[in-house]
Amino acid sequence: MLETIGTRSVDALFGDVPEFARLNAPIDGLSSAMSELAVSRKLSNMAAKNTNAGSVPFFCGAGAYKHHVPASVDHIIQRSEFLTSYTPYQPEIAQGTLQSLFEFQTQVARLLGCEVANASMYDGSTACAEAIVMACRVTKRKKVIFSGGIHPHYAAVTHSLADNIGIEMVVLPACVDGEAEVLKHLDKETAAVVVSCPNVFGTITDLSDIAKAAQENGALAIGVFTEVMAFGAIEPLGAMGIDIVVGEGQSIGNALNFGGPYVGLFACKEKYMRQMPGRLAGQTVDLDGNRGFVLTLSTREQHIRREKATSNICTNSGLCALAFTIHLSLLGQKGLSKLASVNHARACQTYDTLSAIDGVKPLTQTFFNEFAVALPKPAAPIVDELAKQGILAGVPYSRINPECSDEMKNVLLVAATETVTDDDIAALANALKGVL
Amino acid sequence: MAMNNIGRPTSIDGNVGEVVQTTSGSKGLLQKTELIFEYGSKDTTGVDIEDVTTGNSRLGNLARKEEINLPGLSEPEAVRHYVRLSQRNYAIDLGLFPLGSCTMKHNPRLNEAMARLPGFSDIHPLQPVSTVQGALELMHELAHWLTTLTGMKSVALSPKAGAHGELCGMLSIRAALDARGQQHRKRVLVPKSAHGTNPATAAQCGFEVDEVAQTHDGRVDLEDFKSKLGDDVAGCMITNPNTCGLFEPQIKEIADLIHSAGGYFYCDGANFNAIVGKVRPADLGVDAMHINLHKTFSTPHGGGGPGSGPTVLSEALAPFAPVPYVVKTSNGFDLIENETGEAAQAFGRMVAFHGQMGMYVRALSYMLSHGNDGLKQVAEDAVLNANYILASLKDVMSPAFDGYCMHEALFDDHFLEGTGVTTLDFAKAMIDEGYHPMTMYFPLVVHGAMLIEPTETESKATLDTFIASMRALAVAAKSNDKSRFDNAPHLAPSKRLDETQAARKPVLKWAAE
Repeated sequence: MLETIGTRSVDALFGDVPEFARLNAPIDGLSSAMSELAVSRKLSNMAAKNTNAGSVPFFCGAGAYKHHVPASVDHIIQRSEFLTSYTPYQPEIAQGTLQSLFEFQTQVARLLGCEVANASMYDGSTACAEAIVMACRVTKRKKVIFSGGIHPHYAAVTHSLADNIGIEMVVLPACVDGEAEVLKHLDKETAAVVVSCPNVFGTITDLSDIAKAAQENGALAIGVFTEVMAFGAIEPLGAMGIDIVVGEGQSIGNALNFGGPYVGLFACKEKYMRQMPGRLAGQTVDLDGNRGFVLTLSTREQHIRREKATSNICTNSGLCALAFTIHLSLLGQKGLSKLASVNHARACQTYDTLSAIDGVKPLTQTFFNEFAVALPKPAAPIVDELAKQGILAGVPYSRINPECSDEMKNVLLVAATETVTDDDIAALANALKGVL
Repeated sequence: MAMNNIGRPTSIDGNVGEVVQTTSGSKGLLQKTELIFEYGSKDTTGVDIEDVTTGNSRLGNLARKEEINLPGLSEPEAVRHYVRLSQRNYAIDLGLFPLGSCTMKHNPRLNEAMARLPGFSDIHPLQPVSTVQGALELMHELAHWLTTLTGMKSVALSPKAGAHGELCGMLSIRAALDARGQQHRKRVLVPKSAHGTNPATAAQCGFEVDEVAQTHDGRVDLEDFKSKLGDDVAGCMITNPNTCGLFEPQIKEIADLIHSAGGYFYCDGANFNAIVGKVRPADLGVDAMHINLHKTFSTPHGGGGPGSGPTVLSEALAPFAPVPYVVKTSNGFDLIENETGEAAQAFGRMVAFHGQMGMYVRALSYMLSHGNDGLKQVAEDAVLNANYILASLKDVMSPAFDGYCMHEALFDDHFLEGTGVTTLDFAKAMIDEGYHPMTMYFPLVVHGAMLIEPTETESKATLDTFIASMRALAVAAKSNDKSRFDNAPHLAPSKRLDETQAARKPVLKWAAE
């Protein structure tokens, strides 16, 4: 090969690298090549140091949920043609990815009660931030109002962008059931109100009046969720008149994965379609007149519009979106409705059991599979104590909002999905009694 | 398979295979694939769900009234649906995928197995840190590899893709400037050849983009760069090796210039795979650089993600790194999640949780397997393979620039002049040859650009077969044999698709007719 190239050494090909920067030996401080067995042994040892959700009574939620994903889902996404393909820029040899994205968009739109959905975002929190940027672009206004029920990390992700592009964020204090509080701050400068259902405390609220009031003021209503499975049981946010619906899709098809990769869902009214961020699969025909699919409306995107693009997003969550769409195809409305009802039943059972414990005060009144309780003392040390007993009791609210009030530091967020058993609930209740 | 003179497959007796019409709509192995909405049933589900006793509902008045309207498939139906779809996709596991700038290399399967260990895949991001010590250890070790390979002070692991890493780097720069009281620095210098994500990212952070010209040999025009420096410059965003597949020989001068002008140097690390183990970006004066784990460290592209874009930061920018991050303590590992104490200057947070753990496991598995010696060879082999292609095609195609390339070979469409064949036609004809096309019309600074990146995981035999196809296509184009190019591809699962119609009348979801 070197002879064809016309050089005597590979190093000669690196001739443009300034001499002072060339490394002639492997970099110090890193191990040399290991065998497959050795790597497997090392990483398995690390994995074994973690307590995985499936091995203990498990009640953590707050934006990531433990659900059972059918074995066929992971099998299919590991097919080479899905796993090792690229963004479908060459549609003639990417119809598999494109059709599955088109099906995904249709499923997401129907599930969320919206007119259009895109082909996924990185996760719920970044989808939320992008929705706010989009709302400011649509309304040409700069003020956004976050309810106290928004996941604090979602607000933080938006905040990291906001100042730099002149977006003024009003974030209301943590509130279990106060989505409508945003209306007190609504004015003619407001680009969007950002409300949540289910919110971070699990509360489900009818957002219809909020959406209407926002729209009457020329603002958009952005609806956020972290548990997509809820929409198997509750009214979708699109049906409540919400303009842009965004949230986390991890619960369908995707494992906990310590926080990622996940799949952000992004849907809106059709009139805002051309302002959406991210990729879109659209239907068309080929030269023979056969139906086919392509990436479309790409004049919104960075590779065409550069600094004038609707977002800088390029890669999205393709394979996670595929897992979502496969799982939802298996469930169908029949399976999803039932799965959602099982989630709700398990959550109600957990709620009733914990509410009966002296000192535990339930805070959330209407919920899907997650709720908040107030403990008589800070929740974080209690969660740590129960973890030592082999029970993952939930997420202390202070973990995701460290600057919250002392009162809120006593709040524990508890999620119960179909994976929770009678024994798990009894174990949680007994252990909690022991430490209160 | 034999080919007739219009590039179509012929059977043994010379009949054109395409003429056969089937009753089923399937064509041999290529099965007809309807949409799930056209054959799934709302009364079917492929998932067994245990019955539980349901008590009082606490949904209030919010029980879903609107029908979900989603079909369900039985497990065999679902498996078959997606297997059929999969067979319409090209993939690196199927053949050479020379998509420049995208780095389609083999994805070792050990990495998939490791990422699926329940100790990594089945843990919650907000579990007590005492229960995830192994996960934090893994993140800490990955950070050690990334900072050591780049020579940088620290790394923000959490960005979820390359463009997200750019955002992280540019937000760090913004925070550092603001901390200096230099809010007025808003201008960012970006070469014309940059990835579209660079200007888009700068704009998303509130910066103004100022384009820098390129020299005739494909490098940053240093004189133009100098002339654009000033008191309002926040920094520059430069890809190195650049999008033309060339190393910027004056990179250190560029870094010194931007530093003495009071700005920072963001390096787009999309092409780090060409220099990993050979050059440390810190030695070149880089302040921030994202690393696409899905390129350099071979986490699978998955049909368009998930990616992962950890961003390494220099001493000057490290204090502004976003939360969360992992630290080693006297009794294990801890997560810094709050913007207080040592993270008081953090610019904020990129994502809800800790980033792409699943990709961290895969990337570390890849790094451990290769070691510091193997990673160096990754860069060397990638550059060797690209130069072999460049040398083998330069007499029939037209290299955009003289000299050696790094990990990708760039051609322009000069060799197609007067043939009536465009870069697009040429690319689509490659599909008929069994190859995924190279990157086309990028970088924008090269006319009809064709950017070929073979990667290090292709053998010489595979490259030779590819080269033979490319030579044959170039010769066909020049000898005015347009049959292979007109309306190509002929042999793909779909014929050329009408993208104009898709954009003019967008149909983004299925509806019953």
